[in-house]
Amino acid sequence: MVVSTSTDAGRPETAAPTPPAIQLNGISKAFGPVQANKNISMTVAKGSIHGIVGENGAGKSTLMSILYGFYKADAGEVFINGNKVNITDSHAAIAAGIGMVHQHFMLVEPFTVLENVVMGAEDGRLLKPSLNKARATLKQLAEDYELDVDPDAIVGELSVGFQQRVEILKALYRQADILILDEPTGVLTPAEADHLFRILRNLKAQGKTIILITHKLREIMDATDSVSVMRRGQMTETIATNTTSPEDLAEKMVGRRVLLEVTKTPANPGDVVLEISGLNVVDSQGVKKLKDINLTLRAGEILGVAGVAGNGQSELLEVLGGIRAATSGVVKMLGEAIDTSPKANAGKRRARGIGHIPEDRHRRGLVMNFMAWENAALGYHNKPEFKGRFGLHNQRAMREDARGKIERFDIRPPNENLKASNFSGGNQQKIVVAREIEANPDVLLIGQPTRGVDIGAIEFIHQQIIHLRDAGKAILLVSVELDEIQSLSDRIVVMFDGVIQGERLPENTDERELGLMMAGAIKETAP
Amino acid sequence: MNSTLPKWADIILIPLLNLALALLIAGLVVVFIGEDPLRALQLIIQGAFAPWGIGFTLYYTTNFIFTGLAVAVAFHARLFNIGGEGQAAIAGVGVALVCLAFDWPHWSIALLAAMLGGMLFGAGWAAIPAYLHAKRGSHIVITTIMFNLIAASLINFLLVGPMQAPGMAPESSSFPAGASLPTLHDMLAVIGVAFDKNAPVNVSLFIALAACVLVWLLVWKSRLGFELRALGHSEKAAVYAGISPLRITMIAMLISGALAGLLAINTVMGEAERLVLDAVQGAGFVGIAVALMGRNHPLGVLLAAFLFGILYQGGSELAFEMPGISREMIVVIQGLVIMFTGSLENLVRMPVTRLFTRLKRRPI
Amino acid sequence: MEFLTILQLLDSATRLSAPLLLACLAGLYSERAGIFDIGLEGKMLAGAFVAAAMAATAALPVDQGGWGMTWGAAWVGLFFGILMSVVLSLVHGLASITLQGNQLISGVAINFFAAGTTVLVGQNWFHMGGQTPQLKGHARFESITLPGAEQLGDVPVIGPVYEQLISGHNLLVYVALAMVPLTWWILNRTRFGLHLRAAGENPAAVDTAGINVIRLRYSAVIICGILCGVAGAYLSLGTSAAGFLKDMTAGKGFIALAALIFAKWRPVPALGACFLFGLLDAIANKYQSLDIGLFVVPVQFMQALPYILTVVILAGFVGKAIPPKAGGEPYVKER
Repeated sequence: MVVSTSTDAGRPETAAPTPPAIQLNGISKAFGPVQANKNISMTVAKGSIHGIVGENGAGKSTLMSILYGFYKADAGEVFINGNKVNITDSHAAIAAGIGMVHQHFMLVEPFTVLENVVMGAEDGRLLKPSLNKARATLKQLAEDYELDVDPDAIVGELSVGFQQRVEILKALYRQADILILDEPTGVLTPAEADHLFRILRNLKAQGKTIILITHKLREIMDATDSVSVMRRGQMTETIATNTTSPEDLAEKMVGRRVLLEVTKTPANPGDVVLEISGLNVVDSQGVKKLKDINLTLRAGEILGVAGVAGNGQSELLEVLGGIRAATSGVVKMLGEAIDTSPKANAGKRRARGIGHIPEDRHRRGLVMNFMAWENAALGYHNKPEFKGRFGLHNQRAMREDARGKIERFDIRPPNENLKASNFSGGNQQKIVVAREIEANPDVLLIGQPTRGVDIGAIEFIHQQIIHLRDAGKAILLVSVELDEIQSLSDRIVVMFDGVIQGERLPENTDERELGLMMAGAIKETAP
Repeated sequence: MNSTLPKWADIILIPLLNLALALLIAGLVVVFIGEDPLRALQLIIQGAFAPWGIGFTLYYTTNFIFTGLAVAVAFHARLFNIGGEGQAAIAGVGVALVCLAFDWPHWSIALLAAMLGGMLFGAGWAAIPAYLHAKRGSHIVITTIMFNLIAASLINFLLVGPMQAPGMAPESSSFPAGASLPTLHDMLAVIGVAFDKNAPVNVSLFIALAACVLVWLLVWKSRLGFELRALGHSEKAAVYAGISPLRITMIAMLISGALAGLLAINTVMGEAERLVLDAVQGAGFVGIAVALMGRNHPLGVLLAAFLFGILYQGGSELAFEMPGISREMIVVIQGLVIMFTGSLENLVRMPVTRLFTRLKRRPI
Repeated sequence: MEFLTILQLLDSATRLSAPLLLACLAGLYSERAGIFDIGLEGKMLAGAFVAAAMAATAALPVDQGGWGMTWGAAWVGLFFGILMSVVLSLVHGLASITLQGNQLISGVAINFFAAGTTVLVGQNWFHMGGQTPQLKGHARFESITLPGAEQLGDVPVIGPVYEQLISGHNLLVYVALAMVPLTWWILNRTRFGLHLRAAGENPAAVDTAGINVIRLRYSAVIICGILCGVAGAYLSLGTSAAGFLKDMTAGKGFIALAALIFAKWRPVPALGACFLFGLLDAIANKYQSLDIGLFVVPVQFMQALPYILTVVILAGFVGKAIPPKAGGEPYVKER
């Protein structure tokens, strides 16, 4: 375990040495038998942007939660600006000048921006004076950092990019000098992400220190001055960003050479399997989620649907998967119409040969309290092979089937009697993938297949998807990870605001163009 | 939830500890009103197991098995059916209508018909709250409670009106002799075993036991049970799996109402042999405590129902000897059991889990 | 229908809606903070019993085992009624907040516990089959005549309205009415109210803002207990029941919940909703069985009407109600 401290990275040229903004010595934290952080030491220079990378479960969030007072470390010391601090709760963290922008925003949606900013930092029992003070401060902050938001807007009605600004304003209102951002760009369009980094650079210019937790290696390269790598609870390295590369970082994260590209042979698309015309979806709040969508999907190809989360991709998957009704439009499979009315259901879809790996495996793809063998049959539990007499299940057949899947997909631990909640994210996803692929669908709908999945399982799942394509199946792949879309798809469409912005072949486009389309900046009329 | 507890601790130890706590508090209440809790306990056990008492204990147990199973089945679909009281009451109307309809030639035929009637009416009374819950999101807890109260008014109306027997009493006519169920005494007499003649426990006991087996098969071994449990754990996953929440909610509640309705066979047909006001006497509510204590498993329900049967019969004896302790004591114990096995469960579970985790970590 | 009859009905409705309003607002505080409470019924019942029992004891002469108070026994009753209700609230809070148990089960358990214990203890205390002795004089909250009521009585329209409808209620009714604007102000104009509302929508946000969610929710639950205690005390000390009767709440706690949902968890609409139920009750009391020409509506139907209306409201035929987002879920710090 090499800990190289390069405190020179990013420090402005000054005569006297400034103490590092943050210094951690030997931080450890365990949750029961799980050692989330093991003897972590880290130094972050003042006025720099420092990145922290690591796989899911490497311990990044735990470490930051300790810094923010959410958890208390079992051992170790924290120094802020050279002074030892004891961060017992968020008050202490705020007092030490630390502000945190969480991955899942800590906002009260029915409240206004002002109320959200002020909550917990009020002056006195009555609200009016606090709100007035906040209004004035927000105005100033908007001028200083390009962080303008309407103070009286209802947070729930703001776009995700603006909601994030509210989070940053909260921290600045409490006079944070150190800002921690946890996976900030997961829900932003490339344009919004650019704006965010501009804001961060403004903050850095004013002497603020920023910690960026992200798994997006390209962001590390673009935005940070230094980066720490965490693996399995330990901080393995801290280096200057200009001395590394994405491939280098990926290898450090996992500990071995990682294939960031997927090797595949060119596609050989066959007949049209799925035809979508004029699909419209209006949700329960009356918001148009899908506007006049037209798509065709052929056998033996992977159609990638790119886009920032929340632009209609989920609704598209849900309608095709039979979980949601369409407001209007026609979907045909192999020439015959599919029922997209409220009477449709997912069982009928499966009967037609449409499989679905859902975006949310925790709430949809699996019943977390069911055992692996029960989950392996979820959605297919009424198959003739599983039927017993008098309405009973043939549970022996179900268990055997599950054992087979476990073996073929290398699901660990190989115990079909374990509850789904006891498997890691990657293995949980493998259960879902195994189930849907082995049902031999003609069309497979896939949503965020590798979210929260470790790199080893990602490779496996990508291979499985390619195999399925090569076997002549049609695949609709929805993912917010542009890399995944670019490497797997044979054709790419981009969705923004419920509309397909255009179609490209992966070899004819690049991230910049796709990013612009994802932000709605390029729109083409339908072919 | 990651369970670091061995299975026996989960299913037996913790419920026992919860029960002990509930009884402890009940004992304190007894002390508070100036009686001796240990003597009270003694009287309860004596009253429940005496030759003249065991029959009654089993009679009550039968009731609680039905209502306990009713709550348990609904619980597996994450539906909190508090309406067992009303469903059983309305089922009584169904049973009475069937029994009074013909001059039944043999009790077995009357029994089958009455079971159908009772289950139909019980299920029917559960249907509206079920539908409103699934379709309109109306909280089933409140609607079933309301339906309990409406049922009481309805039966009141029927028994002083259309269904009233000639005379002043608010009750129906007595059932014909052909609808009279054999008691346990009658059944055992056939094989030459003596049993208390006065005990109302009847053939319904065996129906209840059969129901336990059927419920077990239904919930854990059947296709319907799979869908029921899936819905109970995660509605989103159930929809994804092609399971219709509306359909399963309705089915679960109809089965639940039907099970509660079978209680009327034991009470209205087996014991009273006519329909009277408040025929259920709180058994529907005891079912909630029984289901919680029995962890929604038929075997647990059986044991818990027996326990409450003991409390009920023993409690009658107790009220006799200690006038200070009235029927209401059972309701108090009921509340305490529900509290400790339900909402305050972690009071016991957390420390026990911690203890086991610490014991596991001990170095070899 | 005569003007005076309408006035009488409205007067009656006001009196009947007061306990509902108090219980409804009690539930409002709890549920806006994220704790579901179906134990309002049990808390009211327990509060009613203890209030009556203590008021009776306080007013009883010393040689008969009482405290021999000559005035203010009702206040003693009120105090202890509130205390009892708060104790039950704390049990609910313990179960829901600290032990993160099922809030619905907790409420149901408290209802049973209260139903049984009130009669059991009452029987042993007063030997009257579960009732408490009749309360008279200072052991009750009697009607208060507002200043000028008699003088204004003869003024057309305003006079009777003032004299009959507005004046002449007991103190607790006025307290109930005053709680509406007070609750609105607390929720919308104070720091505490802001935090409370936030806790019911996104407790994690409250926690990361450095506010103690546990303490906040316990406060809400205690306020709920206080108001339920007042509601219960009203039933036994402020109505013509003049004492505790077995099961005297008769489902009012659940009707208050229905009113809360109907009012979409807001204080001012809650007033309207509770008044509606009170009016219904008043009509049912006055017209025992309605002859509507075709047939006579039986008295049992009138009795069941509040419950039927509750179901209708819950069925959402009067609009969709969205509860506080974090309601019913214990707050667990995410790993």
